[in-house]
Amino acid sequence: MTEVLRHDLVVVGAGPGGYAAAFLAADLGMDVILIDPEPNPGGVCLFRGCIPSKSLLHVAKLIHEAEQAEEWGVVFGKPNVDLDRLRGFKQDVVDRLTGGLGQLATQRKVPHLRGMATIVGPTELDVERVEGGSVRVEFGHAILATGSRPTELSAFPNEDPRLMDSTAALEMDELPETLLVVGGGYIGLELGSVYSALGSRVTVVEMTDGLLPGADRDLVRPLAKRLEAQFEAIRLSTKVATIDAADDGLHVSLEPAEGPAESHRFDRVLVAIGRRPNSGGIGLETTKVQIDGDGFVSVDAQLRTTEPTLFAIGDLVGQPMLAHKASHEARVAVEAIAGEKVAFDPAAIPAVVFTDPEVAWCGLTETEAKLAGRKIEVARFPWGASGRARTIGREDGLTKLILDPQTERVLGMGIVGAGAGELIAEGVLAVEMAALAGDLRLTIHPHPTLSETVMESAEVYFGQSTHVYRPSRRR
Amino acid sequence: MEEVKLPELGENIEDVEVSAVLVKAGDAVHVDQPLLEVETEKASLEVPATRDGVVVDVLVKKGDRVRVGQTIVRLDGEASAASTGPTAEPATEAKAAPEPTVVKPAKVVQFSGPAMATPDQLGITAPAAPSTRALARELGVDVNKVPGSGPGGRINRDDVKAYAKRIILGGAGVGATPAPELPDFSRWGATHEEPFGSVRRATARAMSNSWTQIPHVTQFDRADVTDLDQSRRARNKKAKNGAAKLTMTAIIIEKVAAALAQFPKFNASLDLVGERVIYKDYVNIGVAVDTVRGRRVPVLKDADKKDPSEIAVELNDLASRARNRKLKPDEMQGAGFTISNLGGLGTTYFTPIVNWPEVSILGVGRAEPQAVWRDDQFVPRAVMPLSISYDHRIIDGADAARFLRSLAEALEAQ
Repeated sequence: MTEVLRHDLVVVGAGPGGYAAAFLAADLGMDVILIDPEPNPGGVCLFRGCIPSKSLLHVAKLIHEAEQAEEWGVVFGKPNVDLDRLRGFKQDVVDRLTGGLGQLATQRKVPHLRGMATIVGPTELDVERVEGGSVRVEFGHAILATGSRPTELSAFPNEDPRLMDSTAALEMDELPETLLVVGGGYIGLELGSVYSALGSRVTVVEMTDGLLPGADRDLVRPLAKRLEAQFEAIRLSTKVATIDAADDGLHVSLEPAEGPAESHRFDRVLVAIGRRPNSGGIGLETTKVQIDGDGFVSVDAQLRTTEPTLFAIGDLVGQPMLAHKASHEARVAVEAIAGEKVAFDPAAIPAVVFTDPEVAWCGLTETEAKLAGRKIEVARFPWGASGRARTIGREDGLTKLILDPQTERVLGMGIVGAGAGELIAEGVLAVEMAALAGDLRLTIHPHPTLSETVMESAEVYFGQSTHVYRPSRRR
Repeated sequence: MEEVKLPELGENIEDVEVSAVLVKAGDAVHVDQPLLEVETEKASLEVPATRDGVVVDVLVKKGDRVRVGQTIVRLDGEASAASTGPTAEPATEAKAAPEPTVVKPAKVVQFSGPAMATPDQLGITAPAAPSTRALARELGVDVNKVPGSGPGGRINRDDVKAYAKRIILGGAGVGATPAPELPDFSRWGATHEEPFGSVRRATARAMSNSWTQIPHVTQFDRADVTDLDQSRRARNKKAKNGAAKLTMTAIIIEKVAAALAQFPKFNASLDLVGERVIYKDYVNIGVAVDTVRGRRVPVLKDADKKDPSEIAVELNDLASRARNRKLKPDEMQGAGFTISNLGGLGTTYFTPIVNWPEVSILGVGRAEPQAVWRDDQFVPRAVMPLSISYDHRIIDGADAARFLRSLAEALEAQ
């Protein structure tokens, strides 16, 4: 006979959505259990995503800054990379953070059942325990936060260890001489940047005609320019036809939109063409839960699925697949279950690409507005006019505001440049608070900082910016 | 120690106003003894003690708004099994036990469409801060419909509250034109104010809704009730002391119940969404009662199954409890037809407003001696003015004429 547990709320998956949900539920006095195969909470974000990649990107940034210091008369010489210690640093960051989450779960008395859950009905699921055996859990409500996994292409030799997904690439078991990154999205560019900084010759191949598809082109341009200098090659409008494993490496056949097919050999290939929600194989077919054509679980504004006892959050329910979206959804789902009148209705979900320079945006983008035929005004402040950007030798930046021409409301913000990921938070607040361009212009920003570019882009909108001279326009 | 919390008082009732505190610290109370009187939008209710005990303290005062689940009174004294639950250990002394943590019930809030913010296709929300949007959700207001008073049309919390208030105060609902600003009446002399209380606000909302939803027509007829009144008086005179008196209203209810069986459309409701007319196979009649706190409409259930004296007894009870604010919410729900008898106050014909979702309402005036042409001469007869207002979408003028005539004839035939 299997053991049967009974909890008011069960959270399946302990990523930034799942653990946030479980912790909040515990804080509200609910009887909650967390189910996840890992020894500690953290999920992809902490174990195999955001956190380890940011540790490595920090090192990459340091290497680039050391190189750049030569221009200012400080020569460090070529870096000597001790891969074991680098991995150790990354692993230490992961261990400390996930260990800390484990402690937080213990302090909140949230039981953590290690295993994989399969739903067997609207109020029960089975857990295959990591240490063997299975447990049945009966629940009042469940929050599904099973996340996503890297997309694989079946045509590729996925079993070959030299063909990596993002998880394998973060393991850093060796530094290949040559690396092909398939996919010019944020994961490919971030990991490509790490390998490139550490010494690999990196080629990026992207199917569409630009890097970071969907992002505004003026924000991508400074990044593309820098990556073109760092990477071996960036091949746009090009498809990967085949990858053949051979003793001397992976032979890749590239098909450009124009011109003949080419064959190249790489030591390793990183496939970063997107992520798929983990909605299959968790027993959802035994419920009334609906799944759309892309595999996302359909939910309402309270994150409730079509099975009223089941809620779903995070990568499982749709784009953007971002940790901060998942944890916000976690709050909404738990509060909805607690009977609060809540809804997931953000005005802006920030997106950050942690390359060098960083690219970040929130709210409406220029691209989206154009596609929808919505009239907007765009105010741009180039970092060449920022004193702070000069002092760090990084004028390759741009801050821009997407504004409503009638109300002058800030509908979106986009930034490319060093530290854009930190700067975008002001844009998110501006969009959420429905700030007007005038509000940003009249808010005193500290000098000399990159945040002044936000204020000055608003000044540009009104035709008068201290550090940009434009003779005619005046509102 | 036990905390007495405000219990669930009915569907959609989340908070209430305390209209009277009936106990004070130190009072000994017994189970079911009223502790508080509270006023919902529909009714006044008493909140009883959950068990015997002594009041330690009262945590609310008159005029407070109290939410369902909020602690109102703390009781000390003997604990009952119900409050502590069965335990394996023998009960220890009732000294400063840790207070139980309050866990919110896991009830799921179902949203109706209009309360949700509907951002446009690009996901651009109304120009309101997240906390303001949350407030709108709490109040059940579609933030996209709230006019913003700030720069660039930005919506602040006061805008949301003002909008919600306008809806409650009898704007026709979402999208209603805002009430125009009032002049400063004190320019022409002294004024004084009294609050537009929650009962009145609920009435205002219901009236506005009925008035805007229903295309009203009112028709009139009269009934010669001379004989009926005489037999009623004779019967009451014969009745023993203490027996309930047969009232004219009770008789009218009986006759109306019969008329409704004959004309079921007057006991129907119109479902525009479902494109159908819903007929009620039961006959529940609302009777408007004038109280010092405004009009209440208790419902006399299954009127077609009761004789006039039963009706009189039940109506007497409902009316007196309406005046004493002791009606329960479900005693004011479920009417299919309403009677408003203003005869006692001396009126003749009037144009009552239909209580939506009902489709008709009968207005009764005072029966007065009139010169009636009978057997080639004028004779003094007691003639009762009858008015019927109806929803012209489903009831035609001829229907109403037939209904009213049939009712008049029933009254005339005794």
